[in-house]
Amino acid sequence: MHTKSLLPLLMIIVLLCILPAACTAVAAPVGEASEPARLILATTTSTQDSGLLEYLLPDFEKAYNAKIEVIAVGSGQALQTGKDGNADVLLVHSPAAEKTFMEEGHGVRREDVMYNDFVIAGPESDPAKINGLTSAVEAFKAIASAQALFVSRGDDSGTHVKEKSIWKAAGIEPSGGWYFQAGDSMGAVLAMSDEKSAYTLSDRATYLALAKKGLALKVMVEGDPVLFNPYGVIAVNPAKSAKINNGLANRFIDWIISVPVQEKIAHFGNEKFGQSLFVPDSGPWKAANP
Amino acid sequence: MQQIWQGILQGLRLLFTGDPALWRIILLSAKVSGAALLISAVMGIPLGAILGLVKFPGKRLIQAAIYTGMGLPPVVVGLAVYLLLSRNGILGPLNLPWVPELFTVPAMVLAQVILATPLVAGYTMTAVAEVDPALRLQMQSLGASHAQSLLAVLREAHLGVIVALVGGLGGIISEVGAVMMVGGNVEGSTRVLTTAIMLETRRGNFDLAIGLGFVLLLLAFLINVGAAHLLGKEH
Repeated sequence: MHTKSLLPLLMIIVLLCILPAACTAVAAPVGEASEPARLILATTTSTQDSGLLEYLLPDFEKAYNAKIEVIAVGSGQALQTGKDGNADVLLVHSPAAEKTFMEEGHGVRREDVMYNDFVIAGPESDPAKINGLTSAVEAFKAIASAQALFVSRGDDSGTHVKEKSIWKAAGIEPSGGWYFQAGDSMGAVLAMSDEKSAYTLSDRATYLALAKKGLALKVMVEGDPVLFNPYGVIAVNPAKSAKINNGLANRFIDWIISVPVQEKIAHFGNEKFGQSLFVPDSGPWKAANP
Repeated sequence: MQQIWQGILQGLRLLFTGDPALWRIILLSAKVSGAALLISAVMGIPLGAILGLVKFPGKRLIQAAIYTGMGLPPVVVGLAVYLLLSRNGILGPLNLPWVPELFTVPAMVLAQVILATPLVAGYTMTAVAEVDPALRLQMQSLGASHAQSLLAVLREAHLGVIVALVGGLGGIISEVGAVMMVGGNVEGSTRVLTTAIMLETRRGNFDLAIGLGFVLLLLAFLINVGAAHLLGKEH
């Protein structure tokens, strides 16, 4: 009687014991020549969400028998992951924070990779009347004085840092019921701005990807040099941990700044959006295309 | 509304066409949360049983701690485990072989064990406390040892223990904060259902995100149906 009533419990436990083992067996790779080297790349969500990494990285993995583990977070968290020694290489867009990172000795090598640009997106009704302005600073001033809704990333990401620098240039300390600090990724902030008919600052890649999927927000201001968004690649200082693979990190940097890969970056997005999402900008690329 | 239907259809299509990426994500979710539940059961069931039955000084404090643990925010647990395992954190720099590295499956299991153990212990404690105290007295008067009478009570409360396990599993298979923080949502190695849903939402692929959400719901439903079936057999 007692043994019978205990049976279901035993069954669950046995099932749970078998399940992980069975899954391991399924997941185990079949007949691999040699274990690929692990390279941890901490990067911003924009490079992953736009699809750029899926488009670029398989070539590197094949050529160097490596497995790149992409940790896609905000630029702030990506740099912190590097400071903690938990990543081998970083691909981020936060020039001022990158400079501090290098000066404090957290990184041993930094190279320019590419840039894209930010746009100020907003609802078609354009309550602050900023459509077509050529100055981002003027546009921010207009939004603040109209008290038009604005959604900020609010997460210390590269985009958020850029936004704060524009507010600073406009001499405005944004606060009040019209200014939302979302603390979320670019895609989520664009979706939120769309729901609220609010303005926001977005990188062009994420904006285009979402606009294709039915985002109603329109580009209001673009082309101001202030909205330039450069990406850098950084090798984390191997002194932080014996586990950091600095050799492979350097090979990765050499690879991503090389002319053929830069060329590939230049073509990314053409097919899908009719325009490139990133502009190559590395040293070797500029030398080859003066 | 149409988007929701499209998402559910896409979820079903991926599920039944045997999409390898989706199945890898489902299996990893099951593997991580299954392993975490197993470890939590081994620790949580005896702990809950002892707290439900044995009287000792400081018991109320431990009980309060377990109830607090049942409501731990996953992202806080994720941050704590991150700092624990970080290469410049607490355990990371010691390079001990049994300490998992960040952004790996064992790190995710560790975070989920911390989340599930209080759930399993708490539910077990309640279930065991509801067993008629006369049973233990009877057992002990018949000459049973402490361990034997404890086992008898657990047997009597086994329905509650099953609920404890299902509750624990429900709590961890659906959480995203901790696995995102310590797993990193690495494609092919630490991406589980919840982090995949977050990624696809961020990318604006709402159809796919809803499809994955539907798969997660289906999984939770099947687990609960299985548990209900086991419970139903008893009556």
